[in-house]
Amino acid sequence: MTTLTPLSTPTARLQGRLALFNPTIARITTRALFGRLRFLLLLPLPLIVVGLALLTNAVGVPAEDWLSAVVLGLGLTVVLPVLALIIGNGVLGTEIDDGTLAHVLAKPLPRREIVLSKLAVAVGVTAVTTGVPLALTGLIAGSGSLALGLAAGSLVGALAYCSLFAALSLLTRRPVLVGLAYILIWESLLQNILDGTRVLSVYQYVLTVVDRVSGSPLVSSNLSLAVSLSMAFIFTAGFTLLAIDRLRSFSVVGETS
Amino acid sequence: MSTLTVPAGSAGGSLGTAASSASGAPGTGSLVELRGVSKWYGNVVAVNDITMSLGPGVTGLLGPNGAGKTTVLHMMAGFLPPSRGEVLVGGEPAWRNPSVYSRLGIVVEREAVHSFLSGWDFVLASAKLHRLRNPEAAARRAIELVDMVEPMHRRMGTYSKGMRQRMRVAAALVHDPAVLLLDEPFNGMDPRQRLHMMELLHTMGDSGRTVLFSSHILEEVEQISGTVQVIVAGRLAASGDFRTIRRLMTHRPHVFTIRSSDDRRLAVALMGRASVAGIDIDPKGGLTVRASDYGTFTRELPKIALAERIRVQRLVPADESLESVFSYLVGA
Repeated sequence: MTTLTPLSTPTARLQGRLALFNPTIARITTRALFGRLRFLLLLPLPLIVVGLALLTNAVGVPAEDWLSAVVLGLGLTVVLPVLALIIGNGVLGTEIDDGTLAHVLAKPLPRREIVLSKLAVAVGVTAVTTGVPLALTGLIAGSGSLALGLAAGSLVGALAYCSLFAALSLLTRRPVLVGLAYILIWESLLQNILDGTRVLSVYQYVLTVVDRVSGSPLVSSNLSLAVSLSMAFIFTAGFTLLAIDRLRSFSVVGETS
Repeated sequence: MSTLTVPAGSAGGSLGTAASSASGAPGTGSLVELRGVSKWYGNVVAVNDITMSLGPGVTGLLGPNGAGKTTVLHMMAGFLPPSRGEVLVGGEPAWRNPSVYSRLGIVVEREAVHSFLSGWDFVLASAKLHRLRNPEAAARRAIELVDMVEPMHRRMGTYSKGMRQRMRVAAALVHDPAVLLLDEPFNGMDPRQRLHMMELLHTMGDSGRTVLFSSHILEEVEQISGTVQVIVAGRLAASGDFRTIRRLMTHRPHVFTIRSSDDRRLAVALMGRASVAGIDIDPKGGLTVRASDYGTFTRELPKIALAERIRVQRLVPADESLESVFSYLVGA
């Protein structure tokens, strides 16, 4: 049996074993994401929230009236999870569908590095595209602390949602459908009926963070901060580990099979 | 081997030098091994108990569409787990083992690339993901090898199928792998690109690399490879030197339909020949000849017709499909 020395250096290989983030993967993933129509179409969604906030505020509706409908009802329950779904699926699921993931998989990279790099892009893009507009609505409502709370909530939501939806890309052939079912059925419908599901809802963690960080009387939440943060952490870490494990055993099938 | 080897072109020199300076001379021995490998999807058996080992040089993986060639290649590349048996690359299991990719390059059949990347970006990214010492130099060398320097800064979306194919080959060999797997690499290439690719694969094989390419076209394999593995319906039907297999193919029984100026007289003349196993005379005109030996029969027929002064108007091989050739090989 012959042993062959690869072209890479031993230090590079050592770095490889320890690496958590790969700038090349992140750069290509970001470019691919911003080139996708589905993502570009949803990108103005947060701006609608800002527009509505500006409009209602301008016509003299008091903040306590429009905030829960516009920011919580639309921003946190729809815009944040839907954008996270499209982005979280966009960094992994669409590359599985179009077959470009095979190029990355055929590299001597730990699968952890691939998943974490792609998740970093997804979380970053989601946090910025939702966190900044939502923070703006907090400022429109006249509260700097509310702006801070909404930004922090968006970040926590981006982490938990993106890892959930990225993992779904590797667990099911219809990740967007399953993701939408989670958002619409589990988070929206069932939680109005069953209180017990709240502890398993990312929306509730986000709401709690917004509430506790802002201390605003305009926001009320149902869970304790400790429960919310630890559950958000468990969601994020659990689904990230699951995604890494699924990618290790990911089967690349041919076009015909 | 000599009759099948294409002389190494200018590309050969540069690869040889790069290879010897960068990774040392690869030795001999089998780098890819399949031991009793089967793969099934539910009730469908895609690959059935295949054992093969590939050494340095170019090997053709030949078989009709749907025979399981892609499944075999993907298992070798660690893209699929075998349902049973072992797939080893350099002595290590290929499945769930990303470190094999430092020695292995694969060009899959599905030509998915990010169309927004230029060819240069694409190959350079590949070099960086391999953590090469000098990714720019490696990318440059790989692009030179596939003769794509001139259009390398164009977006890959603007490339022709053959150009994209060559860039994907460049990305797969940017780290100068000891094993290169290519799934239907000649699809979509024009004759000039095809010739160039054949030369490149030969050069890699001659410099001690293990190159395996799949094809469903007999002539492609004939031109490029001395060793073939023939897969039919998930089974290894034949394996070894191409000329031996070619001989089996030439000496296979075969059915022809013939129309001539005098069918009955031709039938009588043919009957006496050892290469003819049977003849049916069609009342509406024409003969169906079962030849016991394809090669001998096709050489003898014109001589007989000439001697008997019979004009052959039509000679049609009745079952000249690749599938029939392959299924004969399964029996042989």
